Amino acid sequence: MSLSQLSAYQIAQQVQSKKASCREVVDDFLGRIEAVEERVKAFVTVTGDEARRRADMLDRRLASGEDIGALGGVPIAVKDALCTRGVKTTCSSKMLENFVPPYDAHVVERLAVDGAITVGKANMDEFAMGSSTENSAFFPTRNPWDLERVPGGSSGGSTAAVAALEAPLALGSDTGGSIRQPAAYCGCVGLKPTYGLVSRYGLIAFASSLDQIGPIANDVRDCALLLQSIAGHDRRDTTSINRSLPKYLDALTGNIRGLKVGVPQEFFAQGVQGYVSDAVHKAIDKMAELGAEVVEVSMPSTEYALATYYIIAPSEASSNLARYDGVQYGLRVHEMGDDIVQMYSKTRVKGFGHEVQHRIMIGTHALSSGFYDAYYLKAQKVRTLIRRDFEAAFQKCDVLATPTAPTVAFKLGENANDPFAMKLADVCTIPVNMAGLPAISLPCGFHEKMPIGLQLIGNLLDESTLLRAAHAYEQATDWHTQRAVL
Amino acid sequence: MSKYEIVIGMEVHAELLTQSKQFCACPNEAVAPPNTNVCPVCLGFPGSLPVLNAKSVDLSLRTVLAFDSKINTRCIFERKNYFYPDLPKAYQVSQRLLPLGEGGFIDIDVPNGDGTSTVKRVGLHDVHMEEDTGKSQHGESIGDPDSSLIDFNRSGIPLLEIVSLPDMRSVEEAEAYMTALRQLLLYLEVSDCKMELGRLRFEASLSLRPWGQEEYGTRVEVKNLNSMKAVRDSLRAEIERQTRILDSGGVVVQQTMLWDEASGTTQPMRSKEQAHDYRYFPEPDLVPLDIDSAWLERVRASMPELPRAKNQRFIEQLGLSSYEAGVLTSSREIAEYYEAALEGYTKSDGGAAKAISNWVCNELLGRVNAQNSSIAEAKVLPAQLRELVQLIDAGTISGKIAKEIFDEMFTSGRDAKSIVEERGLTQMSDTTELEAICEKVIAANPKAVEDYRGGKEKSFGALVGGVMKETKGRANPALVNELLKKALTQ
Ligand SMILES: [Zn+2]
Repeated sequence: MSLSQLSAYQIAQQVQSKKASCREVVDDFLGRIEAVEERVKAFVTVTGDEARRRADMLDRRLASGEDIGALGGVPIAVKDALCTRGVKTTCSSKMLENFVPPYDAHVVERLAVDGAITVGKANMDEFAMGSSTENSAFFPTRNPWDLERVPGGSSGGSTAAVAALEAPLALGSDTGGSIRQPAAYCGCVGLKPTYGLVSRYGLIAFASSLDQIGPIANDVRDCALLLQSIAGHDRRDTTSINRSLPKYLDALTGNIRGLKVGVPQEFFAQGVQGYVSDAVHKAIDKMAELGAEVVEVSMPSTEYALATYYIIAPSEASSNLARYDGVQYGLRVHEMGDDIVQMYSKTRVKGFGHEVQHRIMIGTHALSSGFYDAYYLKAQKVRTLIRRDFEAAFQKCDVLATPTAPTVAFKLGENANDPFAMKLADVCTIPVNMAGLPAISLPCGFHEKMPIGLQLIGNLLDESTLLRAAHAYEQATDWHTQRAVL
Repeated sequence: MSKYEIVIGMEVHAELLTQSKQFCACPNEAVAPPNTNVCPVCLGFPGSLPVLNAKSVDLSLRTVLAFDSKINTRCIFERKNYFYPDLPKAYQVSQRLLPLGEGGFIDIDVPNGDGTSTVKRVGLHDVHMEEDTGKSQHGESIGDPDSSLIDFNRSGIPLLEIVSLPDMRSVEEAEAYMTALRQLLLYLEVSDCKMELGRLRFEASLSLRPWGQEEYGTRVEVKNLNSMKAVRDSLRAEIERQTRILDSGGVVVQQTMLWDEASGTTQPMRSKEQAHDYRYFPEPDLVPLDIDSAWLERVRASMPELPRAKNQRFIEQLGLSSYEAGVLTSSREIAEYYEAALEGYTKSDGGAAKAISNWVCNELLGRVNAQNSSIAEAKVLPAQLRELVQLIDAGTISGKIAKEIFDEMFTSGRDAKSIVEERGLTQMSDTTELEAICEKVIAANPKAVEDYRGGKEKSFGALVGGVMKETKGRANPALVNELLKKALTQ
């Protein structure tokens, strides 16, 4: 069996027990990338040489008896929204096509400390705006289960890389579902942590109050392993939470006897297909079989989440993306005789794709004087209501079980002319970002050979319970053992 | 008198005296080779995040405490969005709905024109924290008319913006406001207030209205004011301009004017740069700032005595004139010098405070000002000045000699005692010795003696002068007077 078939946890064990060297692991994965990448197109940049250098360095440290960390020798794909010192970080935008950050994101530093090896920068929807990775300014990424279908987005490259076994782990970012929805589409496990659990320092911002970095893997244990590495306080991000971390791997007991699983009916409406509903209900039944107690909960504000999101996220984005003006870095379009305003305008028209421009305009409008109260302020109030719905629900249960996405992965181009259908793909995931809660997506079945995702939502900072529930379900089923054939 | 009442409000930006910038660890030092005090945060690089500088909150709190503003112990930062090349994030982190301070006031001394002044209270709208922008240099100044360069050293330097109510009614009041505010910020040690380096920046808003009219006239903002003089001159020019418009039946347009020093006129800013919609919204990258009572008390305890309180104490407790108190409290350095010189010094007649005040106000500041220097740079230390005054008290030297000695102290920084000893300037107060000299002078000046006895009081002065000449000025003048009179009446 090739090393690239192993989980991250197993690879780390192999390396630690010197059954495999870091270099062997990296060569194996780079070989896999070479074999499938042309079809999958998960990466904007593959950092093979750097990965081999780093593997050799880790092997030398290992040989001299050093502890190289919990992820020692494990390859990882990093979403191209995360700054990597000296390595191009494009956000899949023409605007940053040649941008080389002078610093590493906090999570990238954490990975280095724990011995992980970055094999490449993963493709994404431009500036994380989209649900299919079709909005990448460079090329769309394909779903390894069916190359005619999208991998979801915006962390489509990260997820496809894991599903295609190009890396056992990946980092994504999730603003409205950008980790969980592609995880569902690609049959992976993706976790969006509590807002503030992982430092955003070095994550190129889309919507600051919603963005959160999280792990993507092929099973729950790997997800817990990567979460352990990246979680924790960072004084460079004032929204990062300062409290001691639990040992997430210890939470994976397999026991969910007495766990209260809430089922909010509102999450099974709004375009959720019957086959998705069925699969998720079967998963809930399975959890009940394992000893969990199922309770019905009601979350009436959920139906406003999508609309609210499309005010708040574009508003913050319009401000976050204003710095791409051609002055300091990135693309500059400036023709003879142009004044500064013309330079701004031409740069931004050329540098941003359609979806990004569309959202910047919505956000700019929503924040304008005369509209602010009706849009942004109102949206913030609805956000509070959504948060209260969750608070009420968690009075009655420990986790919530819902679909991750209303459908399985759609075909490339299928939703291109139906922006609303595209946005509906995030209808079950968005409310979670609005409330800052943790949630995980894991496979719970197939429809027409495409994976279906189960979303479990946890209470604030209760990733342990979330992981325990997901792991127990996973171990009682075999969905997670199935792999795309490439 | 003009037909119109003048209404002036002021917006002041003060750069705070912190070690590092508002949201990153870069040094708070704009005067350095371009783009050397910068990092991803103050350059607004993708993925960078701000972290609030607690010291800048301390300094800002000190200021709002001095203004007696209402303090929002939970305040929030907002983004003020606009495109400008020297604004790297295309938004400035500022405060609007919940600023650190709301309301408050500054008392100013408005001159009455006869050397006296009247205290007036100018209300404040709010006091808020924000960050400075970078600095652009255009065309000619960099030797290329078609390009601009940007220096981001200043980007992210902490600023405090102090917004007054439109409470000022003349250019003189505006000047008095600037003076009082500057004095206060210097006392509080929150800013060095160097206008020439842009560390204290004034913007005025001005409108005119017919006397008796309740509502304000149309407001015009005046910017590009780099000195107190620019504020004064620009306001006068703008008052003239608006008066001309109103007199001819015209309408003043609400706009921003730039002061043009060279032509001595205000010119409208290009319309493109006017009317921004800043699209303020709460800065999601910064959690709300919560100031607990312990923090507030710590800052309160660090507050220095403020100039008005000091002034009053100097008058009431030390018996100084209001003029002297004004001079001595005009800056924190002078007041501290004075108090240090006075420390531990008492006089039986209670005149110690007055005596030291005379020396500081007249002799020391006279010389310092003549050199265009500052009291902080004076070579004479407060204790040395005190020693000199004590030598006069003790009768060791005369007041006249003391001034000569002080000249030497001022240039060399040497002690009074050693100069006195070296030059043998100790005052002669030995009666027997002086009697002999008086006799000698009387004998040598029969004509003057005769005149004096004949009723010519003036001749007495010549005799005193004779004794002083004999003693090289060291004779105790009071004693000489007494001895001469005694000898002449015999
Ligand atoms: Zn900096």
